[in-house]
Parts: sequence; C-alpha cells; structure tokens
Amino acid sequence: MLLGTAIALIAFYAPLDEDGLNQKIFYFHVPIALTAYACFGWGAWKALLHLWKGRPGADLESYVSIHLGVIFAVMTLVTGSIWGRFRWGQWWLWSSKQLVLFLVLFLFYSAYFMLRFSVEPGPRRANLSAVYAIFGVVLIPISFLAIRLASDYIHPVAFDRHGPQMSGSQFLTFCVSLAAMLSLFAALYHLELAGKRIDAHLRELRELIG
Amino acid sequence: MTTEEKYVAAAYLVVFVVLLAYVVIMSAKVARLERTLAELVERVKARG
Amino acid sequence: MSGYFADVATLARKDLLLELRGRDTLPAMLLFVSAALVIFHFALPSGTGELAGLGLLWVAIVFTALLGLSRVFVAEREQNVLDGLVLAPSDRSAIWFGKALAALAFLALAEVIALPLFALFFSGMDAATVAAVALADIGICAVGVFVAAMSIATRARELLLPVLFLPLAIPVIVGGVGASVTDSPGRYFAFLALYDALFATICWASFEYVVTE
Repeated sequence: MLLGTAIALIAFYAPLDEDGLNQKIFYFHVPIALTAYACFGWGAWKALLHLWKGRPGADLESYVSIHLGVIFAVMTLVTGSIWGRFRWGQWWLWSSKQLVLFLVLFLFYSAYFMLRFSVEPGPRRANLSAVYAIFGVVLIPISFLAIRLASDYIHPVAFDRHGPQMSGSQFLTFCVSLAAMLSLFAALYHLELAGKRIDAHLRELRELIG
Repeated sequence: MTTEEKYVAAAYLVVFVVLLAYVVIMSAKVARLERTLAELVERVKARG
Repeated sequence: MSGYFADVATLARKDLLLELRGRDTLPAMLLFVSAALVIFHFALPSGTGELAGLGLLWVAIVFTALLGLSRVFVAEREQNVLDGLVLAPSDRSAIWFGKALAALAFLALAEVIALPLFALFFSGMDAATVAAVALADIGICAVGVFVAAMSIATRARELLLPVLFLPLAIPVIVGGVGASVTDSPGRYFAFLALYDALFATICWASFEYVVTE
C-alpha cells in the first residue's frame, strides 16, 4: 500500500514542472499549507476519537499526524517567506496573514511537543495531548479571525496578494499539486506510524524473550 | 538565471532538503529497527 | 444543577479564603504589575505616544495573569489534595469552574489597582479599554486555569505554563489591543466575547480528561 501511494505520488508529481508560469512557488506553497491544516485537522479528529471512543492507537495516530503537520508548517513558513521576498522584496511581512497564522500555529504545536515529552507515557499523556490537539483546531479559525482584525490596526493598507484569477490550466496544476501533497502526507503518515508500531512490537518482543 | 528563478529554485530546494532530511531520519530508524530485529532473532536461535 | 453551582461556589470560596489567610498571590501580583508599569515608563522613550503605552498595558495584564495562574494549583499540589478533589462526588468540570472564578477574582482585584495606576502614569483610560480588559479576563482565566491544570501534570510543571498559554493568548491580545487603540471597538468586543464563549465551552467540556487518567 505504501508503494502504491508512492507510485501515485510520482505520477502526480511529474506534471508539476511542466507549467511554465511565474508563480511556481504558489503551486508548492499553498498545497503545503493546506496539507498542514489537513494534518492538524486529522490529528484533532484522532484525538477526539481517543477521548470519545477510547480507541487504542488513536493517540499515536494523532501524535504522528501533528508531528507531520509541524514539518509541513515549517515548510510553509520557509517557502512563504521566500515567496514574500520574491513578491514584495521582504523576507517577513506582518501583513501576510497566512504566514503570521502559521507562525502562531507553529508556536502552539511546538508547545504541544513540550507538553507531550514532559509527561510520562501512559493514559495521562494521551489525554493531555488529545485535549491540546483539540484546542489547536479551535485556535486555527480564531487566530485567523484575530489576524484579520489585527491587520486593521497594524497595517491599514492591505496587500493585494492574489494577483489574477487562476485560469483552467493553472487550477489543474494546483489541484494536482494539492493531491500530490496530500498523498505525500498520507504516505509519510503511514510510514511513520508503521515505524512506531514496529518499534513498540519489537520492544514487547524483547521483553517476552527476556 | 534571473533573481526570480533563483527564488523559485530556493523554495523548491528547501522543500527538497526537508524531505530528504526526513527520509534520512526514517532510514536511520528503519536500520535501527532492523538491527534490533536481527538481535532478537539471534537470541531466539541461540535458545533453540 | 443547583448542586453543581453550589460546588463551584464552594471551591471558589475555598480558594479566596485560603488567599485571605495566606496572602501569597495577590500582593505578588500587585507588586509585579506596578513594577512592570514603572519599567514600561522607562522602556518607552518620550514621544512614543500613548498607543504604545496601551499596547504595553496588555503585556502587563497577560504576564500578571500568568503570575497568578502559576499559583492556581499550588496549594492542591503541595498537600496532594487534587486527587481527593477529583474523586469527590461532584462533576469534575466544577473544579475548573471554581478555580477559574477564583483566578478571575484575583486578576480583577489586581487590575482594580493596575488600571488607575496606568491612567495616572500614562495616558488616561477610556471605557472601551476597561470593558475590553473585563472581557479578556474571562478568556484568560478560563484558558489559563485549564492550561495550569495541564502543566501541573507534567514534569516541567510551572515552566510549561507560559509555553502552553501564550500561543493561546495571542487572539486575546489582538482583540484587547484592537479594542483599546481603535475608534470603533465593537467588532473587537464581539471577537473577545466569541473567544471567551468558545474556549470556555471546550475547557468546560474537556476538563475531566485533564485531571483523570
């Protein structure tokens, strides 16, 4: 199954470069950002399942998903920053709302790791992490709203950041790129989850053998 | 190479490097798991 | 339901009584916020204007709240009564509710001193800022007590509280500063109220998972 996803990924990946338009980073940056949201959302969903149904393993799935989400968020920050340099001549602009939002999210989810690694493994840790993960998905829209509001008094002049509307071929590339990113997330998610599970099983086995 | 192209290349490079780092970390992990597994197999064999 | 609120009131009253007897938290908060305002006076070169002062007022409020919040569960932890509270035959969210009310009372008392002091030291104070502070306090205490309960379950303890709390407090700062510096604070009030309602609901609903195994 992993291999299947990877092959699909490569197949989807190829058309990414054929589009010779100037906003190439856009196709990369925005799908990565959306994928990061998807990771956080998925992580919160698994956290909810953990708290609500008490499903075993949901805690680990939630953690892996958020872990990947943070990686994607860092990539969003970096590519976004480069894009900002390219577009506005600045590495960092407080008026680019998405980037600021990602900075807030990055801080928040880094705190998630601090929380997780300072509690002994066990049901307590699973519960705390799950609750914090659910806080995260509530924080995303709230922060988005807050940053919109804040731009009113921090930067009165709004940037027109979305140039022309996307044409058909651009939209197609965008969708393909988004699908590629999402399947990349799915592949890494399963890979890491499998790794963690094998690790746990091996540990168990070692104890059994003695 | 224009500056525009440089920035595009830089963005792609960053993503590539991050993914590469991730793959390297994962492969190190898989190698470690393999070693542990081999060790366990040895132990089981030694037992009989 | 009335039993629930009685539990909440008992818990909040217990904290206030403890504070009245021990007097650990509130004087520290008052001194902290006054000292912070003096520091801000020297940190702002003359001519930076009152807008910067208003922004710093919010910094002072959040950090003062943080100081109070780090003490919220200390009495329970030192005497190991948190487990007893959790096992008591009342709804667990009542613990959160009572603690949040007590924290709110402390913060409000600290601000009763701090806001006039701010008005005296810096520029005056308008009704919009006071209202925004009141609204923000609710959100700060609701989220803060929740996060404080999380942080005492960890190895790092108090160290983790600001790390967990500050990202969650960013929207409060935005709403509060917006309400005090702009001419039309209506939407910022609405935003703060939304934040309070949303986070109070989640905290209330999920507190049980923080204190139980």
